[in-house]
Amino acid sequence: MKSTAAIAGIGESRLGLVPDRSALQLQSDAARAALLDAGLKLSDIDGLITTPVRVANWGMPCGVVASHLGVRPSYLSTLDLAGASGAAMIHHAAMAVASGQCTTVLCVAGQNLLSNKSRSTAIQAMAESGGTHAQFEVPYGPLIPSLYALIAQRHMHEYGTTAQQMAQVAVTMRKHASLNPNAHMRDPLTVETVMSSRMITSPLKLLDCALVSDGAAAAIVTTPERARALRKPPVHLLGQGYGLSHSHVGEYRNLTRSGAVDSGRAAFASARLTPADIDVAELYDCFTITVIVELEDLGFCPKGEGGRFVADGHIGLSGSLPTTTHGGLLSAGHPGLGGGFFHVLEAVRQLRAEAGERQVSGAKVALAHGNGGAIAIHCTLILGAADTVTNGAQA
Amino acid sequence: MSDERPLPTPDPGTAPYWEGTRRHELRLPRCEDCGQVHFYPRTVCPHCGSARLAWIEACGRGSVYSFTVVHRPPSPAFKARVPYVVAIVALEEGPHLMTNIAGCTPEEVRIGMPVEVAWEDVDPVATLPYFVPRSLA
Repeated sequence: MKSTAAIAGIGESRLGLVPDRSALQLQSDAARAALLDAGLKLSDIDGLITTPVRVANWGMPCGVVASHLGVRPSYLSTLDLAGASGAAMIHHAAMAVASGQCTTVLCVAGQNLLSNKSRSTAIQAMAESGGTHAQFEVPYGPLIPSLYALIAQRHMHEYGTTAQQMAQVAVTMRKHASLNPNAHMRDPLTVETVMSSRMITSPLKLLDCALVSDGAAAAIVTTPERARALRKPPVHLLGQGYGLSHSHVGEYRNLTRSGAVDSGRAAFASARLTPADIDVAELYDCFTITVIVELEDLGFCPKGEGGRFVADGHIGLSGSLPTTTHGGLLSAGHPGLGGGFFHVLEAVRQLRAEAGERQVSGAKVALAHGNGGAIAIHCTLILGAADTVTNGAQA
Repeated sequence: MSDERPLPTPDPGTAPYWEGTRRHELRLPRCEDCGQVHFYPRTVCPHCGSARLAWIEACGRGSVYSFTVVHRPPSPAFKARVPYVVAIVALEEGPHLMTNIAGCTPEEVRIGMPVEVAWEDVDPVATLPYFVPRSLA
């Protein structure tokens, strides 16, 4: 297999309720952890990619973050693909490195989404911006979870997916989070607990929905050759793809088919791999239904079978496709646009065999998937362990 | 963010739609080249790319494509309304739109249920279309 770029370092801040850190402090914590992991210094960084934050208007986020860290980049960019930003930052960094514009890119995102304002304020701000159309949707009072509830209701109607199957996604994520020392929520859940949690927007209950968290994540992307000379085994970018199906759910006429169909096909084609080659899948899990739709649309099970695939235990650590092994947005944490970046970091940990109690034995190829808007915009990455690539090898 | 119900602010691309709702007309953009109707309003036809668009009046009938019953309001403005139904209605002309369903209990709403447009004159400027079961219309 061929590598286009490598992830040489990863780092996360404390995740969950972190009232003593600002957004810039959280990003700095994550960036410093990633540098330490790679054995690099800030002065080695010549590229920087970040995302906007919700807690402040930074005007030019990449400039604010680079300046805060003292980075003097020859390449910098603020990327916003909503929830797909984390995965997309890695690919954009890979393109920047491959073009020769820079050698070592720091990708960093995150914020104090939980502590900055009240949870209610954060929920209202989300409901009135972004994924919901200001003129044609917001006046009718949908929450962001309502947009996914519309998808879930339609999926149940078309395919017989059940609330219990969706609850099983939440239970599995919590199980994985219980093995992740940095996760926001680690107490075990049962299907019964999820089913009896408060109805938010039918059929989605409180525990079908992602958390609101404080936290930040960072990764360092460089050339495969340079990564091999650094402290940790490189994790290689083998392929990637993007997909967009709509901008607003109200006007989308095929709600149960997501842009993950296109992002997955493109990613597998560029990596010359198939879903059967994936050892671990870090799927975006803003809601339980999201995981079910992605499992289908990325080709891990036939369309309409996602609920049964989950109920049959395939996505657990001992299943055929261990999925979102850090506990995801449902249990590990969700600090906004940085939330999906934790999935990429987890893929790296799994491919380095550094995932501790939640390690998937022998994981060599991982898929990391981000989804933004209301299941609208997708980025899929396929990542390989150090020994999976042949190009540029020293030996 | 205020406690008042968020209302649409028409822009040059959507003003004809909101002028229509004030007259209790549900207007949709139709392409004069390929004949297809679309919604939400675009500058060019999303089916063929033509910029020759004209507004037609929809018949106001459709069916529920999907729905959710909102129990936790997104903001204080919706607190008195819960539980309420947010739905996507498939119009007979083809396009879908987000709306509320009223005129029945939330428990009575089903996917595929025939519905018809009704009008809520929120204030002298803004009129919002919503939908009711067709048997009641």
